[in-house]
Amino acid sequence: MRFDGYDTEGFYDEIFDEEGNPRPGADLLIERINALPDKELHRRQKAAERALLNLGITFNVYGSEAQTEKIFPFDIVPRIVQADEWEIIEQGLKQRIKALNCFIDDVYNDQKILKDGIVPPELVLSADGFRKPCIGLKPPGGIWCHITGTDLVRGGDGKYYVLEDNLRCPSGVSYVLENRLIMKRTFPMVFDACSVQPVTEYPNHLLDMLQGLAPAGVRAPVVVVWTPGIYNSAYFEHSFLAQQMGVPLVEGGDLVVSGGEVMMRTTKGLERVDVIYRRIDDDFMDPKAFRADSMLGVPGLMKAYSKGKVALANAPGTGVADDKAVYAYVPDIIRYYLDEEPILNNVPTYACWRDEDRKYVLENLDKLVVKAVNESGGYGMLVGPHSTAEEQAKFAELIKAKPRTYIAQPTLALSRVPVLLDDHFEGRHIDLRPYILYGKESIYVMPGGLTRVALKKGSLVVNSSQGGGSKDTWVLNAENNSSPESPLPQEEI
Amino acid sequence: MLSRVANSMYWLNRYIERAENVARFIDANYHMTLDIPEGASDHWQPLINTTGDHELFKKLYGDANRENAIEFLVFDRNNPNSIYSCVRAARENARSVREYISSEMWEQINTFYLMISSAAKEVSMDLPHQFFVDIMTASHTFIGITDSTMNHGEGWHFGRLGRMLERADKTSRILDVKYFILLPSVDYIGSPYDNILWGALLRSASAFEMYRKQHGRIDPKKIVDFLLLNPTFPRAVHYSIITAMISMNNITGSARGTFANKAEQSLGRMLSEFNFASLDEIFGDGLHEYLDTTQERINEVGAAIQKVFFSPQLDDVTGQSQTQTQSLA
Repeated sequence: MRFDGYDTEGFYDEIFDEEGNPRPGADLLIERINALPDKELHRRQKAAERALLNLGITFNVYGSEAQTEKIFPFDIVPRIVQADEWEIIEQGLKQRIKALNCFIDDVYNDQKILKDGIVPPELVLSADGFRKPCIGLKPPGGIWCHITGTDLVRGGDGKYYVLEDNLRCPSGVSYVLENRLIMKRTFPMVFDACSVQPVTEYPNHLLDMLQGLAPAGVRAPVVVVWTPGIYNSAYFEHSFLAQQMGVPLVEGGDLVVSGGEVMMRTTKGLERVDVIYRRIDDDFMDPKAFRADSMLGVPGLMKAYSKGKVALANAPGTGVADDKAVYAYVPDIIRYYLDEEPILNNVPTYACWRDEDRKYVLENLDKLVVKAVNESGGYGMLVGPHSTAEEQAKFAELIKAKPRTYIAQPTLALSRVPVLLDDHFEGRHIDLRPYILYGKESIYVMPGGLTRVALKKGSLVVNSSQGGGSKDTWVLNAENNSSPESPLPQEEI
Repeated sequence: MLSRVANSMYWLNRYIERAENVARFIDANYHMTLDIPEGASDHWQPLINTTGDHELFKKLYGDANRENAIEFLVFDRNNPNSIYSCVRAARENARSVREYISSEMWEQINTFYLMISSAAKEVSMDLPHQFFVDIMTASHTFIGITDSTMNHGEGWHFGRLGRMLERADKTSRILDVKYFILLPSVDYIGSPYDNILWGALLRSASAFEMYRKQHGRIDPKKIVDFLLLNPTFPRAVHYSIITAMISMNNITGSARGTFANKAEQSLGRMLSEFNFASLDEIFGDGLHEYLDTTQERINEVGAAIQKVFFSPQLDDVTGQSQTQTQSLA
């Protein structure tokens, strides 16, 4: 299998430039793949898929009864990110998360940014992710969003844009780690040819960060991962992270508040829990504070949390800052708190609650991507150029009825990367979700992240629930810097 | 450890052991019927009886023959104790404690499950002997992987406790059912068919070779002695209870011969009974009665374990949230 005849079709391709030549750092990869005997690449692709199935690296699909587990489709051609590009992304992500954290802390305490008129108060206070019970909370170290998975895309102009800040319970990091493992297992030679920054440190960083949140005076903190249960779509990841960190995975039924402290039920009675990495939505955590009908929650948890008896990561209420309406103000938020210019671009955003913007959106539905501010996973979305007149009419009605609920953005010509098909390679659109850990002492950005790929030809929707797959993401080392992931010294880079 | 995790470890191992036993029963029976041409189908109903699911079978299939018995015991999703259902339940339990067990254990169970579910899509007849061997091997592999990749701590002991109780139960059942079918032929000891039939009973417990080494000739009483009271043969009831007790003591921290709770007490009492049992007395009181009592006691121990370890009553708990329970299949 060779890349001969591969066509970028005018899109920005991550591996080939517009002339069809390999981008810097991609030449070794392409050379190795081109040199493989016929069918060998397919054999390895099959082996990788088999390995994923045997390892049970699956996600659950809501609403499909017969077969609830699917493997996350995996494409064997990696996505490459240059070292200098990555440096900018990393700085940009750190800047953004710092500012957003200031914003959340401000919103639930002094509300200065609202009083100063930078962000409209009614917008923030009506946000789906705004949680009244969080007002006045002071999380340890002033940090609210410890774990973030920011969605980035690259447009036709070659620039990176932030598409979404996932500040609640971002998932997918386990696929990054497993994808890397599978790539190293099935593709050692190609891997060896490139100098790739390691991602395997993530669970260590995560555990360090979580232990650092323990209430003062706790010597050997008990950290747990809290999952809604085996039927949750991301259950694999919950158990994977607990396993990699060597901490218990708990369900709501395992936890109980007793004597003001959070305990877990063991075969030898109750044992205290100090830090909870919760992978359950705010609403379901504590029926006394949030939704009263939650069967998964732990009554009294929020009280214990507000008294500092237990730490939660992420803190409840962080969703207020990844509301798609608030998103439009993030550049201003960065300027307000940090007095810096944003390093990473926002996608230009039309806010349908502004009369002028709404007028423009309604006139240009066929060109724009319309998103409901409170939906995720690719639901509640209209991709203008790929939509029918009927769908556009339906969204026009929805927007007029509830303007606060919708934003619109220009359709980006997302960058592409080759995927392996039956007998050739074809370009498919991708995004990138790097993971950021915000600890008391430092911010760690995992080099790489989850590259999601829209496997359907021409599709721009990369979500796993909508026919998306994933790829390994290789962030290259700066030149003359040999790879810690590679067992052999580099010969001729 | 978490009660829920202990519960899953226990059931995970019980289900795997159950699947292995059903596979062995079918395989041994299948081969026996091939050796005995006439009235072969008569041997399938007793096999169904062994599993204790004869009423469900009657409802679903009516009379037993080779085809429907194998379908029922291997693939039927409506039978909670079919091999498919057991492996599926084992995997669900493993999935819920995936972070607790080793990756190797999970991968083995998952591969086991994928093997069974892909076989389930094919015609259930024409299942080769190899299919059942694969199931038994998968179970043995799981035990080996468990022993060599996981801490032999509390969770491991809960797993072994589950496996041993399941094994004791299954060996006593196969003995109970088969012995009374074979009994009329006691007078014909030494005839070729007789050897085949009693040999099949031993093979149902993978005991043929080990029995031969110890006792040589086929002798029904010695077979009972071997499967019931042998303290070193790993599928014998006595051995299983001894091993279960060791795990129980490890879990509670009790010294040998003492008990800390109801579950440990009933298991210990049953073990003493076995330690001091004699074959003459057992036959004197009736083998069937003895086996029946044994199964009842195993159930009692199981119920006590459930109560003591998996759903402890916490009096000092405010705001009781729902507890996880798991039906006895």
